[in-house]
Amino acid sequence: MTAISLRGARLSYGDRVLWDGLDLDVEPGEFLAVLGPNGSGKTSLMKVLLGLQPLSSGTVMVTGGNRAIGYIPQQRALEVSMTLRGRDLVGLGLDGHRWGFGLRNRRERRIRVDAAIASVGATRYADEPIGVLSGGEQQRLRVAQALVGDPTVLLCDEPLLSLDLANQRVVSELIDKRRREANTAVLFVTHELNPVLPLVDRVLYLVNGRFRIGTPDEVMNSRTLSELYRTPVEVVRVRDQILVVGAGACEEQTHHLTAEAAS
Amino acid sequence: MTIFDLLELDFVQSALVAAAVLALVAGVLGPLIVTRKMAFAVHGTSELAFTGGAAALLLGISVGYGSLIGSVAAALLLGLLSRRDSDRDSVIGAILAFGLGMGVLMFALYKGRAVNKLSLLVGQIIGVDSTDVWLLVVASIAVLAVLAFIYRPLFFASVDPDVAIARGVPVRALSIVFALLVGVATALSVQVVGALLVLALMITPAAAAMRVTASPVRATALSVVFAEVAAVGGILLSLQPGLPVSAMVTAVSFVIYLACRGIGAVQRRTA
Ligand SMILES: Nc1ncnc2c1ncn2[C@@H]1O[C@H](COP(=O)(O)OP(=O)(O)OP(=O)(O)O)[C@@H](O)[C@H]1O
Ligand SMILES: [Mg+2]
Repeated sequence: MTAISLRGARLSYGDRVLWDGLDLDVEPGEFLAVLGPNGSGKTSLMKVLLGLQPLSSGTVMVTGGNRAIGYIPQQRALEVSMTLRGRDLVGLGLDGHRWGFGLRNRRERRIRVDAAIASVGATRYADEPIGVLSGGEQQRLRVAQALVGDPTVLLCDEPLLSLDLANQRVVSELIDKRRREANTAVLFVTHELNPVLPLVDRVLYLVNGRFRIGTPDEVMNSRTLSELYRTPVEVVRVRDQILVVGAGACEEQTHHLTAEAAS
Repeated sequence: MTIFDLLELDFVQSALVAAAVLALVAGVLGPLIVTRKMAFAVHGTSELAFTGGAAALLLGISVGYGSLIGSVAAALLLGLLSRRDSDRDSVIGAILAFGLGMGVLMFALYKGRAVNKLSLLVGQIIGVDSTDVWLLVVASIAVLAVLAFIYRPLFFASVDPDVAIARGVPVRALSIVFALLVGVATALSVQVVGALLVLALMITPAAAAMRVTASPVRATALSVVFAEVAAVGGILLSLQPGLPVSAMVTAVSFVIYLACRGIGAVQRRTA
């Protein structure tokens, strides 16, 4: 049974087509990296899977529906003055959608929240105001919030943004551990493929209304990316890193080729 | 008369009960209002309660109903503006200015007793009778009951709207229901502390509480305590010297706020 299934999916805003004819099956336990320049429709894909954005045509299916999804949003800056602790944020991920105060089963709830917090190593600062925590600390709590509801599908929208290398490792390994232990399907939007390259099963690469799906080797090569960007792009493997050089602009990371530079 | 003689009086007792009930409602709503950055919207709502009251005076219907209609209409209108609308503050400002202008016009046209006018602005708690108090209690219970039911998803939507939407929380509907609750609570408060001073009960105690704790539950509990101290304490302080109730309520509330800011600053430095 697939975790996510898209058939002939098309999404357009007005006459701007983000993607069309998208057939995608994600299996339980699969790690799918979603790449593409700004505005290529990565976040929109997440919105479609969450049922917040209707497709222009085609069908979308997520096993277990909305409540089976753990979601880490792209824009996560929490306000410094917010009256909220990490513990509260994680708890909302568990039962924030339920009506009422939730006075029953408080003990069991506390055990689950504590366990989720401990699993991301955030116990030390779980009772601090969330606004004063560092980006990496907030992001670990976001991971705990997404995992505490025991999701079958995990949608992560640029969870590595503005994290240093050590924290990028921590966060991606936490997510990897989850999908191995609980067979959770992972959609992982990222601008930098290298930090997660060893974990990735397949890549979905979106550019300007075109896309490719395949293993990293199938997609991250000069021919495929040149076709996608419609401009000569060099892909070089250096040890276990993938470097993309395109349109005269040398990029340190996998892409950052903007749609403009490529058109 | 000593303060104890004053406390024997029926209307003083009514006033104290009314103030205690209102402070409870305002204290519970406050942290949500502050989190949702609705302080200015509440201010606008209360002033439009005044416009509604002025219209009621002119039309010869109950001022209570007038202010209720005024503030509920305003709260709904402002509740429909999303927190993310960058022009929300300016829209509130524009509506508020127009509403106040209309209120002033209706005052000018009203030929009745001037004291009725003043009470709309600064409250008339010493004038509440026991039927008003009953109405207040019933309305407050209704507001708190609805709030208890929607509390968790509403809180989720207030602090983390992106994930709340993703989890299927009806964020927009909740925001409208909450605006309604705020509208009713504001109209009730207008009766007691007047249109100009609603913020002293709804915003200041919550803002004070949120300076000293990061726990949402504790913040709400403290906010209720602060609102009670300000409302009940303000009335008690005003009785003997015969000072205006609203002046005392706002003063107590502001002193608590200053103290909490101080405590919060010390906490942060030593943390
Ligand atoms: N509701 C909407 N109405 C109209 N256009 C939209 C809407 N939502 C997104 N878009 C447009 O669709 C395009 C894709 O947006 P999306 O947020 O999916 O991009 P993205 O790939 O996540 O980009 P980024 O890397 O910057 O996060 C953008 O050009 C955006 O302006
Ligand atoms: Mg995006």
